[in-house]
Amino acid sequence: MKSDALNISIKDITKTYGEFFALKDVSLEVKSGEFLTLLGPSGSGKTTLLMVLAGFTRPDYGSVKFGTEEVVLKPPHLRDIGMVFQNYALFPHMNVEQNVGYPQKLRGISKEKIKETVNEALKTVKLDGLGHRGVAELSGGQRQRVALARAIVFQPKILLMDEPLSALDKKLREEMQIELRQLHDSLNMTTVYVTHDQKEALTMSDRIAVINGGGLMQLDTPSAIYKSPNNAFIADFIGESSLLSVKVSKKNVYLGNTKILVEHSVKKNGDFLLVVRPEKLFLVNDNPTDCNTFTGNVVESIYQGESQLLMIKLDPDSHGDQILRMRIPNGTASLQDLPSIGNKITVGLKKSDSFLVE
Amino acid sequence: MTSTQKINQEGINKTELDQLDKKERYTLFGLTVPYLALVFGLIIIPIGWLFYMSFIGRDETLSLENYQRIWNSKAYLRIFKTTFQISLLTTLFCVLLGYPLTYFMSQLSNRWANICMIGVLIPFWTSLLVRTYAWLVLLQKKGLINSLAVDWGLWSEPIKFVHNTSGTLIGMVHIMLPFLILPLYANMRTIDKDCLKAAANLGATPTRAFWTVFFPLSLPGLFAGLLIVFVLCLGFYVTPALLGGGKVIMVAMKISDNIELYYSWGAASALGVVLLGVTMIILFIASKLVSIDQLGNRS
Repeated sequence: MKSDALNISIKDITKTYGEFFALKDVSLEVKSGEFLTLLGPSGSGKTTLLMVLAGFTRPDYGSVKFGTEEVVLKPPHLRDIGMVFQNYALFPHMNVEQNVGYPQKLRGISKEKIKETVNEALKTVKLDGLGHRGVAELSGGQRQRVALARAIVFQPKILLMDEPLSALDKKLREEMQIELRQLHDSLNMTTVYVTHDQKEALTMSDRIAVINGGGLMQLDTPSAIYKSPNNAFIADFIGESSLLSVKVSKKNVYLGNTKILVEHSVKKNGDFLLVVRPEKLFLVNDNPTDCNTFTGNVVESIYQGESQLLMIKLDPDSHGDQILRMRIPNGTASLQDLPSIGNKITVGLKKSDSFLVE
Repeated sequence: MTSTQKINQEGINKTELDQLDKKERYTLFGLTVPYLALVFGLIIIPIGWLFYMSFIGRDETLSLENYQRIWNSKAYLRIFKTTFQISLLTTLFCVLLGYPLTYFMSQLSNRWANICMIGVLIPFWTSLLVRTYAWLVLLQKKGLINSLAVDWGLWSEPIKFVHNTSGTLIGMVHIMLPFLILPLYANMRTIDKDCLKAAANLGATPTRAFWTVFFPLSLPGLFAGLLIVFVLCLGFYVTPALLGGGKVIMVAMKISDNIELYYSWGAASALGVVLLGVTMIILFIASKLVSIDQLGNRS
């Protein structure tokens, strides 16, 4: 089931509800065949944007193009794109086969051909043989697969997914993330995926568009977004991080009265935040070069399975009164070496891992 | 797995835990006792008595004469025919008027839907007698509708709306409409709006999406409402009696006549039994024809 994918150009899409801007001049380009995730907290406008793409929400103004064709004025049933809904929206009065065959039947395809494509789609989502089951007899994961099969059976060039995994339990969700990604690669459809789960976005996407407050905050690859977030919101929202207030004057960065080395210097003076990823911190005994060091007291030490989370209250005199979080993978440090609550420790952060956001 | 193993009858606290279970069941059963007593006293006994009376003839002995009369008399047959005709027509008009209205209400926001619902419920809560007389006032020869229409030149002669079948139908449809709307509305509200969106997304025009998705999913509600209306119509008395003006005679009116005019409890009882029996048969056939389970929202 290979089809030619289409690129999507979104330009200046704006949608207001009364005084409230659900979307504000959003422009972005989804490349053909790309897996793009719209990531944002609830109420950020990411679902509204997806509904604009599907045609269920009419924007105040703006343009949406599939390939070269303007579709913003087209009703949903003429857009010819697949969509997986958050609660699957399977038709409860039809069995699996009828659900998946529905779009084919609408397209006036012959009965044999419908059967063939339905079976193929069910096979793609690993549900072959369940065609005669009623929707009510399926587990959550199976329903999810039926919804997916129904969305791809007519080989749309664009596939939209609205938090399709949010109703599944954690383990199944993580399996499905990999599976959906593999499916995307084999189907070659341009996929726009909505989620509020940053880890899901990092796992699955070619690129992530971070949406907040109705606007596009950053659009980049997962690693770029994780490594160099544009602003404090993204640094906080994606991955785990401690944000320490620092001051910049004449290109020098100060945390309290300690000078901090950063990867990219900033020209502006004023207040900034130093982004510290907990897993990038390491325990130090000597004074390493090209590193920032922080001293403080361990106030909390939490066992979390694969890692130990330490909360370090930084020395108020030299670093200001701030809490730093640090993650030590379990197994790398022996139990005796692990700092315990009350210990005064010094931790290091490489210059290349130190960056500022506004 | 463990489910096939036998439970240990002497497990710790087994007897005490069983007793707690039992106590809970008895308490629950106790809650239904007042209602069961009422049903027994007010429904089972009178219906039994009705059956008994229907087999008592004019000479106070057991006989089938009441049933024979119903079977042999053309007048009775006509009454049953009228009853079914009126009931079917009322149900039909209720569906034609009620379904679009309910669909409209189900698509509104909660706020507006509630306002519309008040519009449905206020007449529903108003006394049946008041509403029936109101129609009489509105529809009669010198009533509001006829005099306005003649004044405005819509029609030249007053039209005879009441004391005939049309009057009976107008009144009955108006009174029965909420019985169709309420269950249908409850059903339509449970239909997932995303299902319609999904249908549109998959390529269905709004009309197609309605007939292939919304309508089949609304059938259980429609069927429930339709059945309530039809069954209530079969035994309806007040409205057909007042608006039919003696020209439209339904079974309930004949029963009342038999008692009030002819003091013939036997004949009245037999009519009641036949009506009850016919209604039961209709309900039975209906439940066989349309399996509510199959239509139901199964997710």
